[in-house]
Amino acid sequence: MKELIKIKDVHKSFDHLEVLKGVSFEVNKNDVVCLIGASGSGKSTMLRCLNLLEVADSGEIIVDGQDILHTKDINAYRAKVGMVFQQFNLFNNMTVLKNCMLAQQKVLKRNAADAQEKALYFLKKVGMDSFAHANVNTLSGGQKQRVAIARALCMDPEILLFDEPTSALDPEMVGEVLDVMKSLAQEGLTMVIVTHEMSFAKDVSTKVVFMANGIIEEQGTPQQIFEHPTSERTKAFLARFNR
Amino acid sequence: MGFFTDCANILIKYWPSFFLGIKTTLLIAFSGTIMGLALGLLVGGIRAIKLDKTAPSSAKMIKKVYDIISWIYIEVFRGTPMMVQALFLFYALRPIFNWTYIPAGIFVISINTGAYMAEIIRSGIQSIDIGQTEAARSLGMSNMQTMINVILPQAIKNAFPSIGNEFIVNIKDSSVLMIISITELMFQAKSIAGSTYKLTETYFITACVYLCMTMTTSFILNQIEKKMNHSKTTLPQSDTFAKTMNLAKEQEEHERTY
Repeated sequence: MKELIKIKDVHKSFDHLEVLKGVSFEVNKNDVVCLIGASGSGKSTMLRCLNLLEVADSGEIIVDGQDILHTKDINAYRAKVGMVFQQFNLFNNMTVLKNCMLAQQKVLKRNAADAQEKALYFLKKVGMDSFAHANVNTLSGGQKQRVAIARALCMDPEILLFDEPTSALDPEMVGEVLDVMKSLAQEGLTMVIVTHEMSFAKDVSTKVVFMANGIIEEQGTPQQIFEHPTSERTKAFLARFNR
Repeated sequence: MGFFTDCANILIKYWPSFFLGIKTTLLIAFSGTIMGLALGLLVGGIRAIKLDKTAPSSAKMIKKVYDIISWIYIEVFRGTPMMVQALFLFYALRPIFNWTYIPAGIFVISINTGAYMAEIIRSGIQSIDIGQTEAARSLGMSNMQTMINVILPQAIKNAFPSIGNEFIVNIKDSSVLMIISITELMFQAKSIAGSTYKLTETYFITACVYLCMTMTTSFILNQIEKKMNHSKTTLPQSDTFAKTMNLAKEQEEHERTY
């Protein structure tokens, strides 16, 4: 299996608070890696370090053979790594379609016709094509998140990062977003997902990384982590969900 | 009733002068506001940029110097009276530009308004959720692309009431430019008052004219603002609303297929 992301001994502090205390793990091509753990354990920070929204203080992050902590062209790197946010972060001043076209045109320099075709293709895929000309402020949370996924996919990313994509959603909308993510996983898209949806992690992921207090407490296949956890911390954390 | 008869007589006799004054006032206030906005967008826009920690140190240095210079500009022009600025700039720069009165007046208003606009734009930009920037960055967009395509359009929309207010302020405050002999409304009023010796009446008319101009402008700006906010509210829309929208959309789709 081809190694796509290699993270080695990453440290990150905010002022005096050390959030990541030496994190190392690998993501292979076509992997779906779920980062789980309590709030404040550093999972979101780790994810944000992956597309350089935060810059790790030390350690190594190698993506596709490229040392991204010392890369010259950050924007070109980011275009290859999509990100989906907890708060959707759709551009409020644009329609759904324009949201999906903007970066294609500005960053990848695609022409308007190609960008629109691509945008409509992925909007159809997430079931939002009939809203292409809607204002993003009129959408529900679940719809916004599906558009956000389509927007990221339009860039043909090699890796898609999800930062708690369902945490800001009403319960009845979580399903529609997870379904989209599930189908992407089945198509073999490489994904790194920070989530609190344990059953999703169990069903969909190929690898689960449990983080606690800025370090990786345990990692392995979903079966290992969910059925035979070895660490006391993992057991205690998972016990709250299995009850 | 003598007062209002006198007012009417002055207005009948001198309306061309008043009209000329109104034209000049609106010209310098409007062009001054637009150019001030352009200046404010440039100064405030660059001020609002926060450099990444990864940015080269030379860029950080340039930004630091820029921040200091722009801070001085803003503080000086917000902290001194426009009348003083007008007199100083007019005489200080006359040897260089060799200018006539109207361009000088527009220049003074532009540079004064620019200082206020810079702060309006900066706070407008900072009112935009950081998530908008992060989303644009995560898609690989540069600082400049993010600013122009995502942040500024929203910032200007949010700041529109303050920007419009600057225009109204300029209609009134351009009156101080009579000090450098610009034939705007106040200058005309003063010369009419001088030739009629009816000071109270003339300035009463002048006040009414200013009030008309500001109220009309305010009305127009409100209409524009309403139009801009037509399809949007600042309040989060309820899910029920979104669902109703979906239903309507689905129904439409349904009808179209049959």
